[in-house]
Amino acid sequence: MSTRRPVLGTSVERLEGRDKVTGRARYAAEHTPPGTLWAQTVPATVARGRITSVDTSDALAVPGAVAVLTHEDAPRLHPGDDPVLQVLQGPGVPHRGWPVALAVAETFEAACEAAAAVRLSYAAEEHDCVLTADHPGLYAPEQANGGNPGTRVRGDFEAAWERAPVRVDGTWTVPPLHNHPMEPHASTARWEDGRLVVHDSNQGSSAVRRTLAGLFGLDEEQVTVVTEHVGGGFGSKGTPRPQVVLAAMAARRTGRPVKLALPRRQMAAVVGHRAPTVQRVRLGAGHDGVIRALEHEAVTHTSAVKEFVEQAAVPARVMYTSPHSRTVHRVVRLDVPTPSWMRAPGEAPGMYALESAMDELAGACGLDPVELRLRNDPGTEPDSGLPFSSRGLARCLREGARRFGWEGRDPRPGVRREGPLLLGTGVAASTYPVMTAPSSAEARAEDGGYRVLVNATDIGTGARTVLAQIAADALCAPLAAVRIEIGSSDLPRAPLAGGSSGTASWGWAVDKACRALRARIGEHGGTVPRAGLSARADTAGDLAGLEEFARHSFGAQFAEVQVDTRTGETRVRRLLGVFAAGRILNARTARSQLVGGMTMGLSMALLEGSTVDAAFGDFVESDLASYHVATCADVHGIEAHWVEEEDPRLNPMGSKGIGELGVVGTAAAVGNAFHHATGVRLRDLPLHPDKVLTALGG
Amino acid sequence: MKPFAYLRPATPEDAVGALAARPGARPLAGGTNLVDLMKLGVEAPGTLVDVSRLPLDAVEETDGGGLRIGATVRNSDLAAHPAVRARYPALSQALLAGASGQLRNTATTAGNLLQRTRCPYFQDVSKPCNKRAPGSGCSARGGVHRDAAVLGASEHCVATHPSDMAVALAALDAVVHLLGPGGARTVAVTDFHRLPGEHPERDTVAGPAELVTAVELPAPAAVRSAYRKARDRASYAFALASAAAALDVRDGTVREVRLAFGGLAHRPWRARTAEDALRGAPATEESFARAADAELAAARPLPGNGFPGNGFKVPLARNLAVDVLTHLAAGAPGAAR
Repeated sequence: MSTRRPVLGTSVERLEGRDKVTGRARYAAEHTPPGTLWAQTVPATVARGRITSVDTSDALAVPGAVAVLTHEDAPRLHPGDDPVLQVLQGPGVPHRGWPVALAVAETFEAACEAAAAVRLSYAAEEHDCVLTADHPGLYAPEQANGGNPGTRVRGDFEAAWERAPVRVDGTWTVPPLHNHPMEPHASTARWEDGRLVVHDSNQGSSAVRRTLAGLFGLDEEQVTVVTEHVGGGFGSKGTPRPQVVLAAMAARRTGRPVKLALPRRQMAAVVGHRAPTVQRVRLGAGHDGVIRALEHEAVTHTSAVKEFVEQAAVPARVMYTSPHSRTVHRVVRLDVPTPSWMRAPGEAPGMYALESAMDELAGACGLDPVELRLRNDPGTEPDSGLPFSSRGLARCLREGARRFGWEGRDPRPGVRREGPLLLGTGVAASTYPVMTAPSSAEARAEDGGYRVLVNATDIGTGARTVLAQIAADALCAPLAAVRIEIGSSDLPRAPLAGGSSGTASWGWAVDKACRALRARIGEHGGTVPRAGLSARADTAGDLAGLEEFARHSFGAQFAEVQVDTRTGETRVRRLLGVFAAGRILNARTARSQLVGGMTMGLSMALLEGSTVDAAFGDFVESDLASYHVATCADVHGIEAHWVEEEDPRLNPMGSKGIGELGVVGTAAAVGNAFHHATGVRLRDLPLHPDKVLTALGG
Repeated sequence: MKPFAYLRPATPEDAVGALAARPGARPLAGGTNLVDLMKLGVEAPGTLVDVSRLPLDAVEETDGGGLRIGATVRNSDLAAHPAVRARYPALSQALLAGASGQLRNTATTAGNLLQRTRCPYFQDVSKPCNKRAPGSGCSARGGVHRDAAVLGASEHCVATHPSDMAVALAALDAVVHLLGPGGARTVAVTDFHRLPGEHPERDTVAGPAELVTAVELPAPAAVRSAYRKARDRASYAFALASAAAALDVRDGTVREVRLAFGGLAHRPWRARTAEDALRGAPATEESFARAADAELAAARPLPGNGFPGNGFKVPLARNLAVDVLTHLAAGAPGAAR
């Protein structure tokens, strides 16, 4: 046992990989208990108003139709903490696409036909859906997402700005973005003797269970939520979504299992989105590039249903030296679908603006943008004054510059031509907070092996695999001796796969339970009694005892782009990221996470964005033909690397989350490369050909 | 989705008979567009007449030195056909610039011609659209219309035809073979698609019971041809604008030229004004730009209404035309982008 090699840090293949590629792995919509009915929602067709009449006779006349639920007759829900889930509870329509009825039928086709046949009349009210930087309804929220203060002020920004010899003042805009995981949100619900059992696609079924229990007036023990496999979430499945509530309501009404999978085109209105932002950044610096005054003001929208504030100004509180700083959020309630988490909420749009401004500051100071960032690398977290548990930004910048071939770069913009193409390179930094939430887990020694139970959720990241690795090392056992069970709310309670916190949170509990089990086996003289042994662990106390540090992951991304002066088409030729994220626990799945994030960032830079239709109040681009995400043909020469980082102040594994880090900063690196190529600053994503061609003068 | 009848006739004549006997029936081939539209409720045919197994899947040489392409030849097969690659490279390039590999493996020649606009309002049954629901109004004019037409639009409709293939066919003087209750007829592909006028609900001049049986290409007017497409995304995106051209240059002078634009209008836009300006003119970038500008002088871009307008399509189309013609004039081998 003493010669055993740790499996943490090695490139273990996904445990369920074979099941997924052979189709054996079943997702929420692929569970069809006997007697299952299919459901389809009816989305509201006004942007604001009230339902004045409901006629379900045509819908119920559809052959195979079983029931139509509307606000007039749907089961009443108990109040909950998420108003987005209070569907079919009243005649009010807060935004277009809000579910206003649910058709239930013997087949999927009949459900679709019945849904289309539901007749609703509305009293439409005037609506307002368009975000502008000077919207009269803008207000300063108490908090932005993640519990961050809406406003933070240090020193005297205005005075320092006035005195700064070098100044950058720009406004950057990011359109609404959509998570669009491959697997649409889906639920199959059934009631068994007063118990509710659902197969649901989400990022954390302990929370879904708690929510469903609350809404339906049940004890948590009366609800089981199974989430065995999830085809991506990117934040949109971080909270329970209406489909699981609707499926459970319909199952209760009909007394039969009910399956509801959201059509792709309904997702934009129902599962959250990244709210658009208009961000003004002002940087005042000395000639040496050292920042003296920093202001980041993020304007965004939320819905009439609830307040969600994209915390885009938050990374400016972490990144750079800034003795005088003002970071502010302002938000307006519009008649739009409710925004929510999308991969790196706050950091992704916020770092686009901040890192673009940093590039402009480098130009204004005549400094290399890598050097400028090194000069502003702070010793303590600027906003809190706390020491960093570790901060690898400088090493990432240097290592990235070396790998990318940054040295000797000609800083002049617009001078590299290859026929009709203009070429350029750019850099930007990445960051993401290290978060950990309390989790429980259980480890059992039985039948000559080990079972490890934790209600973790593998949303495609490789969580199942890395938890088995953690368990094997903690047990000093071979990986093959460990059976890991995740994805059911009947397992020990665990937090969601969100905020890049999953591995740290679940892994800590798994590690603790496994070590406790080893100790128990030791108490039994090193042998497991026939009845088996088990140990449970909960990390709430461990987390409460953590020392106060600023904990963040960092990275640096380098991009090379080509811009076609004839068509305005911008393409990324190379994208290279170097990250500092503590100990990397599985190189294979870590690389795919980071490359996936960078690809999403590239997509944000060049392709993604939807338009709020002012007349109708919905997102115009609602399918994958019109909402463009990067294809393989858009991605060339993408590389993710990392630097060694030993940080004993994190968790027993020494890891930082990597799910979101990769998407942060990419868009700025691409935008900065675009400027280097063309000499033009485009501060409005995405860099679509129409904007580029117009900016280049046709 | 509404229930529908499904027929699988054995001959083209039977298919026409079925279409004529059942008003509202639609022919089904690859189904890559029609089935999507049925799911969305945009199309609700009472009967689908499956023509995908009819013996219309051959590519044959014609006596005149051209090619006759069967209606159900798959897009990927047509793009890879040696005669197409050798003599009509613009067509091969246009096909490969469209859709995705999976879609091209399924989509057919006739289906590609008959595919419907991707205007977002056409695809959303909860909103007015004159093409889908005549008389209901055009939501795109006052709404989001970055992708809309700049040429030949009407107050009733600003939709564009989405096909890449059809743009190359327009430049190559292709002819559409139709079979209807009254017998067979042919229509030039440039006359096959309509401008919207007061009847945007009618995409083509084909009657409801007429079946496209083949597309015929004449012997090429110029051996060299090419297709250029600009798009948001490097693959699987419709053209913001595109240009197909065939060019024959002798002694620095344009002897023969064909030019068509995609993404600009309700149909593939054959640029006859530009062609007339170019015949006999020096084969230079300046001539090409002047000719393209002459053609595009008729463009009437939409303002954007606070969203991005579609005015960028005019310089974009000009640049694409200049690029493709310059490329052909330079004698460099044709290559799709």
